[in-house]
Amino acid sequence: MTEMHLARGELDKEDIRLGFGKGLLEAGKRHENVVALCADLTESTRMNLFADAFPERFIQVGVAEQNLVTVGSGLAAMGKIPFVSSYAAFSPGRNWEQIRTTICLNDQPVKIAGSHAGISVGADGATHQMLEDIALMRALPNMVVLAPADSVEAAKATLAMATDERPNYIRLTREATPVITTDNTPFAIGKAFIFRPGSDVTIVSTGTMTYQAMAAAQMLAKDYIRAEVIHAPTIKPLDSDMILDSAARTRLVVTAEEAQINGGLGGAVAELLSEQLPTPLVRVGVRDRFGESGKPEELLKHFGLTHNHIAMAAHHLLMNHRHQRTG
Amino acid sequence: MGKVPRQLKTAELEKIANDIRMDVIKMLEHAGSGHSAGPLGLADIFTALYFKILKHDPGNPDWDERDILVLSSGHCVPVRYATMAHAGYFDKKELISLRQFGTRLQGHPERLRLPGMETTSGPLGSGLSQACGMALGLRMNKAQHRWVYVVMSDGELDEGNSWEAAMLASKYKLNNLVAIIDRNNIQIEGPTEIVMPLEDLSAKWESFGWHVLEIDGNDIEAVIDACAMAKAIVERPVAIVAHTIPGKGVDFMEYDFHWHGAPPNHEQAVKALKELRTLGGKIRSEHQ
Repeated sequence: MTEMHLARGELDKEDIRLGFGKGLLEAGKRHENVVALCADLTESTRMNLFADAFPERFIQVGVAEQNLVTVGSGLAAMGKIPFVSSYAAFSPGRNWEQIRTTICLNDQPVKIAGSHAGISVGADGATHQMLEDIALMRALPNMVVLAPADSVEAAKATLAMATDERPNYIRLTREATPVITTDNTPFAIGKAFIFRPGSDVTIVSTGTMTYQAMAAAQMLAKDYIRAEVIHAPTIKPLDSDMILDSAARTRLVVTAEEAQINGGLGGAVAELLSEQLPTPLVRVGVRDRFGESGKPEELLKHFGLTHNHIAMAAHHLLMNHRHQRTG
Repeated sequence: MGKVPRQLKTAELEKIANDIRMDVIKMLEHAGSGHSAGPLGLADIFTALYFKILKHDPGNPDWDERDILVLSSGHCVPVRYATMAHAGYFDKKELISLRQFGTRLQGHPERLRLPGMETTSGPLGSGLSQACGMALGLRMNKAQHRWVYVVMSDGELDEGNSWEAAMLASKYKLNNLVAIIDRNNIQIEGPTEIVMPLEDLSAKWESFGWHVLEIDGNDIEAVIDACAMAKAIVERPVAIVAHTIPGKGVDFMEYDFHWHGAPPNHEQAVKALKELRTLGGKIRSEHQ
């Protein structure tokens, strides 16, 4: 198995959006055709790193998310690789039809960065806690959907987006979260990675929940349960082979995401398994409700998005399906 | 420069526009669905663009020195298809495939299906912003000698996206961008001034920082002159408010909003073609 080169010991914390900002700056240095557009949230999305370095390649569109993506489409038509950023609630929240028609159907390589996704946005409340972005983007033909685990992986994903010829969406979060990957951890669009091998239950996680999945696997190990953690930074196209192979071995699957399970990673894995390898499944994520104001950690607990909830889901599967495993 | 003849006299251009109108009628009748009023009203503007104004090469649609034409109001695409066929992009025989299964001539235009179609459109209000991106891209590429033209409808000015783009073009002083607004005063459910009033339209564009030219959009010479003047205005983007007659050239369709989203049936098509063929007896007799 490929060595994952994950971080060890005390983990640093950094916000995933900063990884995007750093990756975009590097992409700008490497590729002259990379340009950036923002809808009045340049600092919040960490796009300011690029804007400061390449002011002549940065377009400020104002608070106008429909314009953000369509101007981006026009730039792509002239050979540019446009990165467009805002809060995920507004882009792709507000401008979905423009993304559908002028980017996906038009097949223009526009790179959409949605920051402040997930419940961990915290105090701003439900309006700004974008939970439906994965479902919105996953439904679109031609669109690639990414949710990096941490800032280091976000930088790698951003660099990979700059040379990917398809429309891309990358999901970013606001809070500083543990950095679990290193510069040497492999990343490729379309690939999932076994961050921890196991044989009793498969946990497929994405974005910030991969850290929680790894913590859950450690908890489960104390109960002699060997959980396999598959990190899926690409939600579309899903690495079906990797997930099916693991599910065939463990025969129990938990998914984990900081988003609506309807149409999210949980939805994607449920679709895959029920068509190709029916497998008992529990989806950890937001269950068809809106968020609210609060501290990130109390919201994650309230909405069932912690390592405890993932471990409980694994226990639940093992309890209910043990007869299948021993019989 | 492309292979389209540039030395055509006005009367010859008017003849081409009339032929394009006849093709539009035939295409819509055969398709059994589609929009009549806008495409007929736009025939003169599209003739002027493809036969006089645009730098383009029908034999090389991706020519990297070409001007860009964005059709924002995608439902008017039959007139663009017909004009492209007349200009030599593809055989006129293909026009009859409009809206049929497997056609390159989709009900609303798709970039990936037809070479020379710069962008996919249909949902209204996002053509101008794409054109802004193209104009910005050309500026960044140091290719500002290439022009971006966008044809948009008046009805789609109800869309907020249109005005977001108008602000951006003004902010970035996109002087290689020309917006041609098809001011035909109708939209699908009625007159624009009843559905959602747009007046004072020219004042709106001026207040957004655009240089506004108002013309008779069914006068080919006026369209050519306005686009030439637009090239001389370097400090601001230019909006040409082109007053057109919806359904132009077919007496029973003219000015009637019911023809916005409807095609002619066989009898109506025969009647329309007869009228266009004789152009009210002005060009030639039907029997000549």
